Amino acid sequence: MTRRVRIVLGLGSLAVLSGLLVWGVTGLPDLGHPRGPYADLAPRMMLDERHVANAVTGVTFDLRGFDTLGEEMILFAAALGAAVLLRAQRTEHEAEAAAAMEEERGPGTADALRALGAVLVGPVLLLGVYVVVHGALTPGGGFQGGVLLAGALLLVYAAGQVAAIRRVRPVALVEVADAVGAGAYMLVAVAGLVFGVAVMDNVLPFGTTGSLLSGGTVPVLSIAVGVEVTAAVTLILSEFVDQMLLRHGDG
Amino acid sequence: MLAYLVAVWLLLVGLYGVITSRHLVHLVLCLGVMQASTYVLLLAIGWRTGGAAPIFVDIPPRTPVVDPVVQALTLTDVVVEATVVAVLLALTVQAHKRFGTCDPDALGALRG
Amino acid sequence: MTVLQSVCLIAVAVAGTAVVLTRDPLRQAVAFGTLGLALSVLFLAFGAPDVALSQIVVAGVAVPVMVLLALAKIRVEERAARDEEGDG
Repeated sequence: MTRRVRIVLGLGSLAVLSGLLVWGVTGLPDLGHPRGPYADLAPRMMLDERHVANAVTGVTFDLRGFDTLGEEMILFAAALGAAVLLRAQRTEHEAEAAAAMEEERGPGTADALRALGAVLVGPVLLLGVYVVVHGALTPGGGFQGGVLLAGALLLVYAAGQVAAIRRVRPVALVEVADAVGAGAYMLVAVAGLVFGVAVMDNVLPFGTTGSLLSGGTVPVLSIAVGVEVTAAVTLILSEFVDQMLLRHGDG
Repeated sequence: MLAYLVAVWLLLVGLYGVITSRHLVHLVLCLGVMQASTYVLLLAIGWRTGGAAPIFVDIPPRTPVVDPVVQALTLTDVVVEATVVAVLLALTVQAHKRFGTCDPDALGALRG
Repeated sequence: MTVLQSVCLIAVAVAGTAVVLTRDPLRQAVAFGTLGLALSVLFLAFGAPDVALSQIVVAGVAVPVMVLLALAKIRVEERAARDEEGDG
């Protein structure tokens, strides 16, 4: 199938698809009036029964916690896949290549960038931890905070400290952290069975709304997800960085 | 209604980009545009006119809020699909290593 | 539907079209970052601060960085292949 035939076919089917989609979309309820009882029940249940101020985090980790378990496993599998794909051909060249790169980059990176990167690492780390732990109270949660924490590592790289990265994130530690986060989520999910209720039930005491320990298992799950997301994103980014540093000396 | 139409438009434009792409990385980012269309559609479904954000820190407990369920789905989606983009980019890097080209038309036949 | 939401929707549609029509992957990474920013403002206008936070960090930081690193790796490979052809 040549490119021209493919494009013609593609545009034809796009036209048909657009017709169907527009027809389907006109059948949706008017914008602004969500139908269905879930929209009203979920915030009420999160606030009254679970004492969670942030209804979205409550829904993510409690009401729809099983979906989040699946999504976290997707993340784990994707990090695993990226690591496997990019680690296939690594030889001894990388050590000297890294050193050579460091010298090359040293004078090249702008001083302002290095200074800014070094200064911002601390606050970004703190912000990331804050966002993860306060998931049940303010906008935030494990996913957002985890990516923020991985961004802090990026700042170290941008500040030109490639060698520092290797010390700061020994790959084995990152992989262990990824597995620990995913495993912790599973354990909390199964804890429901231990306590005699359904899997994924909220079994810890609920506390008062607005305090750090409210919501039962919600902050615990948020922290587990935060650890896992940080490790997964760090693993992916560091695999890409390593690949870039490799000289083309391998098969 | 505009929100739904924008979602449909993003999906179609992204699909057009995937069909006519000449570089694998361009293809992956067009896929990202298609992902964005699903986010817009989900959030538009949950929007309630005059509703507040579903965070009850400083608003009284019975104010009408937007639907938090679709927001929960969308936010896990955003992070997860970024890692899927990462896997696709890793595949692109390996394909380039093996075939020497990033053009989807030239990658053609499976070998071996 | 408020005026802010309509404006954000139009901005997102324009940004999405720009991402697709930019053929050079390097420029497209920047356009994708702009799309991510427009999307996060749209999410805020729709009353979803959590999703906006996610979107800012992921589409503004993680995805363009990954694309740039992948492109850098591809460029390194191409340069090495050209050097080999030149010598051998």
